[in-house]
Amino acid sequence: MNNLNKRAVPGNGRTIDIVKKGLNKRYRKERRFRVFGWAAVMISLGFLFLLFISIISNGYTAFQQTMVRLDVYLDTDVIDKDDLAGADYAKLIHEALLSVYPDVTKYNEKRKLYELVSTGAAYRLRDFVAKNRHAIGTTIQIWVPADDDVDMLIKGHIDRKTPQSRRRINDRQLAWVDHLISRGQVKKVFNMTFFTSGDSREPELAGIWGAVCGSFYTLIVTLVLSFPIGGAAAVYLEEFAPKNRWTDIIEVNINNLAAVPSIVYGLLGLAVFLNFFGLPRSVPLVGGLVLTLMTLPTIIIVGRSALKAVSPSIREAGLSIGASKVQLVAHHVLPQALPGMLTGTIIGMAQALGETAPLLMIGMVAFIVDIPAGFTDPSTVLPVQIYLWADSPERAFLEKTSAAIMVLLLFLMIMNATAVFLRRIFEKRQ
Amino acid sequence: MAPFHLLLTLCVLAIAGFFIGRSKSFAVCSAQGGPRALHSRPIYYGILTAIWCAVPALIVFSFWYFFQSTIIMDLVIADLPDPIRFLPEDRLNLVVNDIKNIVAGNIVAGNISPAIQAAADHYKSLEKTAQVALSVIITAMAIIAIAGVYLKITPTLRARNYVEKIIEGLLIACTSLAVFTTIGIVASVFYEAIRFFKIVPVYKFLFGLQWSPQMAIHAEQIGSSGAFGAIPVILGTMLIAGIAMCVAVPVGLMAAIYLAEYANKNFRNIAKPLLEILAGIPTVVYGFFAALVVAPAIRDAGGILGFSVSSESALAAGIVMGIMIIPFVSSLSDDVINAVPQSLRDGALSLGSTRSETITNVVLPAALPGIVGGVLLAVSRAIGETMIVVMAAGLSANLTVNPFQAVTTVTVQIVTLLVGDQEFDSAKTLAAFALGLLLFVITLALNVVALIVVRKYREHYE
Repeated sequence: MNNLNKRAVPGNGRTIDIVKKGLNKRYRKERRFRVFGWAAVMISLGFLFLLFISIISNGYTAFQQTMVRLDVYLDTDVIDKDDLAGADYAKLIHEALLSVYPDVTKYNEKRKLYELVSTGAAYRLRDFVAKNRHAIGTTIQIWVPADDDVDMLIKGHIDRKTPQSRRRINDRQLAWVDHLISRGQVKKVFNMTFFTSGDSREPELAGIWGAVCGSFYTLIVTLVLSFPIGGAAAVYLEEFAPKNRWTDIIEVNINNLAAVPSIVYGLLGLAVFLNFFGLPRSVPLVGGLVLTLMTLPTIIIVGRSALKAVSPSIREAGLSIGASKVQLVAHHVLPQALPGMLTGTIIGMAQALGETAPLLMIGMVAFIVDIPAGFTDPSTVLPVQIYLWADSPERAFLEKTSAAIMVLLLFLMIMNATAVFLRRIFEKRQ
Repeated sequence: MAPFHLLLTLCVLAIAGFFIGRSKSFAVCSAQGGPRALHSRPIYYGILTAIWCAVPALIVFSFWYFFQSTIIMDLVIADLPDPIRFLPEDRLNLVVNDIKNIVAGNIVAGNISPAIQAAADHYKSLEKTAQVALSVIITAMAIIAIAGVYLKITPTLRARNYVEKIIEGLLIACTSLAVFTTIGIVASVFYEAIRFFKIVPVYKFLFGLQWSPQMAIHAEQIGSSGAFGAIPVILGTMLIAGIAMCVAVPVGLMAAIYLAEYANKNFRNIAKPLLEILAGIPTVVYGFFAALVVAPAIRDAGGILGFSVSSESALAAGIVMGIMIIPFVSSLSDDVINAVPQSLRDGALSLGSTRSETITNVVLPAALPGIVGGVLLAVSRAIGETMIVVMAAGLSANLTVNPFQAVTTVTVQIVTLLVGDQEFDSAKTLAAFALGLLLFVITLALNVVALIVVRKYREHYE
């Protein structure tokens, strides 16, 4: 008591006065602390919005594509009716362009003129002719994709005011484009190419379908392997394994594997699957194997917690009426834990869908135009496609990259929403 | 039969085996008063038959395919005309590749000599023979197994116990895959790293100050002697991870404190899932964001303030990596803060301390070990993160701690050394595995320490 008094005395008031004196300062500190916390949350959310806004603002234009209408005379001299595939369709496109601007005669100018439409225009024309054989010998109107530079100009990504030398489109081409626009020969349409074709060096012809197919096959392999194996491992560790040093080691091991950097799995895949077993490069099969190893720890850990959540009374009831351990697990525990395990699997799959680094190691980073049709066709996956496009210098690939990211995020959102939905159902039942 | 058809046949046989076994069990017990007289339920007799039919055949099948091409190739090589057979190793490999290409129906460069064409035909015929042999063996094995089990089925056969033993064995096999993965990682990375250390001594790798992994192709080539000193790479990794931690730890921790201690329920219900979205975004997207938005912004800001900032500055990669790790830190801290018993808070509040005093003086010290564990896990994440640094950090290994300059990291080097085709005997390629080993060891050590710390902490309050 004495002691307390002594400490309170130094001012010449009572303890309560000292406390009150400091109170304002302490409250200010309290408010400051609270604001810091609030700011931290807001900063994180701010980053999230900045990320989304920058990607959407860069990418939404990729869903539209500029088309140019050409009046093409299907010259019987150029197209041989018996050999449709062998005809020089590019020449027909060029003649159609020249017929609009007959005053262009110099070689260099002609080349600039031809650059207004995509090299893919010839393929469009070929497909058209293959379908309409009777049109050979007449003049047809056809919409063909514009070149990516024209596309960028129409979408406003190329500034007309920059000096000609620093612009990808020169003044002459600008005038041509403006003239075409005034004649109503240019329009923007929904970009189907982006969703239906594979990769290409020409931005206006590049699409994500090849990468989506590659991702699909890779994920199928991952799912088919990782769900049964991960589920079985979780069941063994949780229900059957004796508690001894071995199972302890396995448990620690799995926890550590979950935190191993994904690129190390890529090294494993390269050394074991490609070099030792001699499996082919760049194929979804190997990608799926690597991603299986990578997602297994996640699936096992989530699966175990789902099994742990099954109430002990069910186990005791099952055992007391004479079920064997396997029967108990198969008939009573697993059905209860299944939604939880599925949630874990979906989370693992979402992780696998977004993973890039290990796939770079096993060569899924190749430039592949064809749409993969099976598990052993060379292919790339969506995130790797994003990485490849992000490296391309053309401005047009910037919006393609952002659009591909939007598609990837959409897939991830669907998967995560499914996981949340499953969890809800599961919680309701209990 | 093609492998697919063979597997299909096996499947059909196994299903047939199931029904045969089950009906046999019904048959043997009919005299003794129905299924009650059996040791197990009839379905187990069916499953036992099916397993015996399928599993051994499958094992033979996979082994056969594993060794088939090597053995056939050896046979073909042994039959090649002598001048080709005694070619040096690498030339012979070319010939083998040619043969393989012809067999696969690929386009072969150059013209095909009759000897090689003959060898390819030989290969094809051997393959056909092997295929037929395998089909016969597998089908025979399956049928014999069905017959064997069929004869053995009696009411006293403990079918359920056998089946359960087999199921348990399968479960153990699946579990041990996790261990095999670890062994696989360690063995493969270690093996290649050892090969690397035979070319470049360990001490030069660990303590060398220069990293330029170019090996001379010709002995007289200038300027590509190859230097494999990992210090600049490690320093760059530490720099970027350090910047990331400077962003992630304060923001993540404060966010977790606010959400756990201050925020009302509605705010928490909105903010937490949004933070989780941040955690679910693929790293390649962060990499794109870093290269597209953050790096140019920092470069321009530096230009205005008068520094020269590299467009691949460590700062940009570090900040974006920090953003990526924020949700990781905040969710781990959230868990440990919530695990601090309410009684401690109540005690502090009842003594008249404000909320922030309670948090800084009572809750955080109590939660400290858990938070430290979480931060260690976050560091190991930052070190192992690949895509952000590949897309936003540099390639040149500068020995610097200036965050405005370009540095490179362990993961960037692994990717650049290994992407594309590579020979597996050059120091350049093997260096990637040495770096991989380094990465694995560092992250493993961090994880082990972190897990021990977190576990100790949990035991403290449970």
